[in-house]
Amino acid sequence: MAAVNVVVCVKQIPDPAAPPALEPGTHTLDRSGKLILDDSDAYGVEMALQLVDASGDGEVTLVSMAPNGETGGLRTALAMGAAKAILVSDPELKGTDALGTAKVLAAAIRSTPFDLVLAATESTDGYTGTTPVQLAELLGLPSVTFAKAVAVDGTTVRVERQTEAGYDEVTCPMPAVVTVTAGVVEPRYPSFKGIMAAKSKPVETRTVADLGLAGQVGPAGSRQEIVDVVAAEARSSGEIVEDEGDGAARIVAFLEAQKVI
Amino acid sequence: MPVSAIWVLCEPTSSGVTTTSLELLAAARTLATRVEVVSWGPSTAANAEVLGAHGAATVHDVGDVHGRLPGVPVAAAMAALVQRAGAPDAILVPTSYDGRDVAARLSVRLDRPVLTNVTGLTDEGGALVSEHPVFGGSLTVRARFTGEPPGIFVIRAKSFAPEPAGSTAAAVAALEVPETGATGSATVDTSHAEERTGPSLDEAGVVVSGGRGLGDASAYPMIEELASLLHGAAGASRAIVDAGWVPYSHQVGQTGKTVKPDVYLAFGISGATQHLVGMKGSRAIVAVNKDRDAPIFTIADLGIVGDVHRVLPALIDLLKNR
Repeated sequence: MAAVNVVVCVKQIPDPAAPPALEPGTHTLDRSGKLILDDSDAYGVEMALQLVDASGDGEVTLVSMAPNGETGGLRTALAMGAAKAILVSDPELKGTDALGTAKVLAAAIRSTPFDLVLAATESTDGYTGTTPVQLAELLGLPSVTFAKAVAVDGTTVRVERQTEAGYDEVTCPMPAVVTVTAGVVEPRYPSFKGIMAAKSKPVETRTVADLGLAGQVGPAGSRQEIVDVVAAEARSSGEIVEDEGDGAARIVAFLEAQKVI
Repeated sequence: MPVSAIWVLCEPTSSGVTTTSLELLAAARTLATRVEVVSWGPSTAANAEVLGAHGAATVHDVGDVHGRLPGVPVAAAMAALVQRAGAPDAILVPTSYDGRDVAARLSVRLDRPVLTNVTGLTDEGGALVSEHPVFGGSLTVRARFTGEPPGIFVIRAKSFAPEPAGSTAAAVAALEVPETGATGSATVDTSHAEERTGPSLDEAGVVVSGGRGLGDASAYPMIEELASLLHGAAGASRAIVDAGWVPYSHQVGQTGKTVKPDVYLAFGISGATQHLVGMKGSRAIVAVNKDRDAPIFTIADLGIVGDVHRVLPALIDLLKNR
């Protein structure tokens, strides 16, 4: 079979297990702490590795963007088996929106040969969910979102795409952009050997100026602003009780009071 | 100056348009003096009456997309309409599989940003301000566009109540799809409908969801059985969808479906912020979890601190014997 080269878009995000915070001035998510590989992206990385393995040739390239030089999350994906990474890193990127992000990723991806671009359906921290398709449009490529199964067949990618009613079998000529849902594959844990090898894999760094995108990123490029942040209408808790063997009966009484049974 | 024109993307179903489309029309109607719809599919003309009744003056009909995924042709046709007819103040798009595709493609074609996960829209001095829940819905970020119109807003289901206004049928105008080249080459070969009994998650009066606290996938049928006994729908947390226990279509939360049933029952769900966003609008919430400090208890009307493996079978038995 012919070689398949896959680019995977990955995002390094604040640890979702840690309590999130907004920056006081900008009201944007505080990303100043340590960043890790978004769990949602591990599925795309694993899928890419499996597609390359199945073809017998080719490699997986990571593309990412960060306002600082963070590479911790990229090393995790390199340890899983990706060959190299391109990181667009620039303080000017702070406050970039989804469209700006797509412009940055498109410019970075144009420099590397590929058959397929994989991304998560949305990130865990921003969950805008539009960047991959914006990227496809910028690259002039077809896209298939919400994939629950992906296979490469010659120069075509076959996707089972989640729908409201079930799923569609979709075919699409490559190159193409595909977004994968969580659970599409079981991401591997990096082996010790993988972790050691990842330390010496190439991470190429670019700036906004390198990509010719000055003025199109950051808060100015986003053309949107946060007016304010307000406390949502609080929903108070009701009766919280230990189950003393009467838990089920209490629920039945509650359902009766709510008139649903 | 009030908002003058809003376009709403209305998604077709086999028998009309989605409820979310009508919710967006209700919002558009209260905000703008003129509301127009863009829709697609083989039978848009048949929907002109219902769309008109919900406030649309005109329906721009993209027509049958002939097996192509709708994102590319619909966005290309809308972009061409903006070029020809001028930009509306805003374009409202439902948060859905195809809606997000259309919004993203349109964003690039018009070079306009998008605001997503919108749950409210207000007119403040002629500018639209959108509301976005963050951190599990405990805070609301309010945002607005600062550039040239149209502002593209992607709006979550159940943010507004659909309501007919009693107007006449909308005028239908054919909307041509320009050449889309390679971008439009993804085609649907076969559609599969998953077998489903009972109401859908979006429409059920009772939703019963399970999470990681169920232990393993073999316990999930109890969730389905309870949902069936209550004439409701079975949902799931992201954790067990990611783990492959149940299909993505069951997922309730930020990434999945937004539900607002009369009663929501959560079994073994801790209540991660990503889950709470999708269900905290429920009228009443019941939670069973062994961890007293689980965040789900902060919003539950009835919280049982206990083992789901004891409470769930006992509850099923009680309901069966009624």
